[in-house]
Amino acid sequence: MAEMSVELVAVERRLWSGKATFVVAQTTEGEIGVMPGHEPVLGQLVEGGIVKVTTTDGDTLTAAVHGGFLSITHDSVSVLAESADLSEEIDVDAARQALSAEDEAERARAAARLRAAGQSV
Amino acid sequence: MAAQLRELRSKIRATKSIGKITKAMELIATSRISKAQARVEASRPYASEITNVLSALAGAAANLDHPLLVERETVRRVAVLVVTSDKGLVGGYNANVLRATEELLSLLREQGKDPQLYVIGTKGVNYYRFRGREVADSWTGFSQQPRYENAAEVGDALVTAFLAGADDVGGQPGPDGILGVDELHIVYTEFRSMLTQTPVARRMAPLEVEYSEETPETIPPAYDFEPSAETLLAALLPKYINTRIFAALLESAASELAAQRNAMKSASDNASELVETYTRLANQARQAQITQEISEIVGGADALAAVGSDD
Repeated sequence: MAEMSVELVAVERRLWSGKATFVVAQTTEGEIGVMPGHEPVLGQLVEGGIVKVTTTDGDTLTAAVHGGFLSITHDSVSVLAESADLSEEIDVDAARQALSAEDEAERARAAARLRAAGQSV
Repeated sequence: MAAQLRELRSKIRATKSIGKITKAMELIATSRISKAQARVEASRPYASEITNVLSALAGAAANLDHPLLVERETVRRVAVLVVTSDKGLVGGYNANVLRATEELLSLLREQGKDPQLYVIGTKGVNYYRFRGREVADSWTGFSQQPRYENAAEVGDALVTAFLAGADDVGGQPGPDGILGVDELHIVYTEFRSMLTQTPVARRMAPLEVEYSEETPETIPPAYDFEPSAETLLAALLPKYINTRIFAALLESAASELAAQRNAMKSASDNASELVETYTRLANQARQAQITQEISEIVGGADALAAVGSDD
């Protein structure tokens, strides 16, 4: 099966890297699904977006991504984010509380975290 | 005599407890350095990826006329960002970085430019306040453990000032009414090793994109852009500046801790040396006291014996 290498990189650390068969992300132009052999694209991701990666093992990896860019080449995908959280690391209660935060950007982040964790907002 | 001995003993006690404190600080700094170094390492993938993306963009976008990339024809005001520590007890760390800053400032003045100071860290702020020098903006409280948000805050302020400077004419604010700057420089301390940290001065804007060093084996692919290349570039460049500032902050934090470790190590060494000297002096004093007491007793006994033999 065709596969591509995927890097999920935040400013302070590398969240995940490995082989995957499918990646979904939202750019400012709309949702984009990437399979191996995709045409090269550079895209800006929406604030408070979600990136889903289907690994070669068939697992699905979900991450909330803030202020990011997406770079696709023939056999690799890199997601660059100012900050990002993997779904299993997200503190759902803290995110719910942050939903009522003053700062609009903070609210968007909290919403994205909740969606990534599989919660309805 | 007894007074001298007591004094020496209290000096020994004091020096020992100072030594304990400096030793503890040395150990704390040592354990934090490895964490700081790990953070420097952890931030590398992002920095290299964003450089790759920027190189790809620069190769593809036909007209790179974003203000952050273009050299201004006349450079009047220049922003200089100085990274110092919040706390002292770090040996020559702050003195070195401030000296490097002074060198850069006089160089800029020679070129007829007017430097504006942007300071990170309490020590730097105090240094310039004490000398009555004007500081355009300052940030404190995160020198040992900088977060990306801190770098972003500093970066946003600098980029705003830089973009506002685009239309300045002859040192006067342009149509936007804001007096901006025409160049951005940063002075920080590079972490070479546990023993060597060197202050360095770099120009951040206008940008010279550091292209990745290895030559690509294949021709870079023709990218599609979502949204347009120009919009992407405008969004990416400030982030790139933030990344550069963040990397500088992390390097400085590691350097600060290493400088603190070295300073505290020599302080502990000095303390144990002092304790040794004082102990020797105290022993001498004690010995002298004993000798004196014995000679007094012997003298007294002799005197008594002499009185007795007269009878």
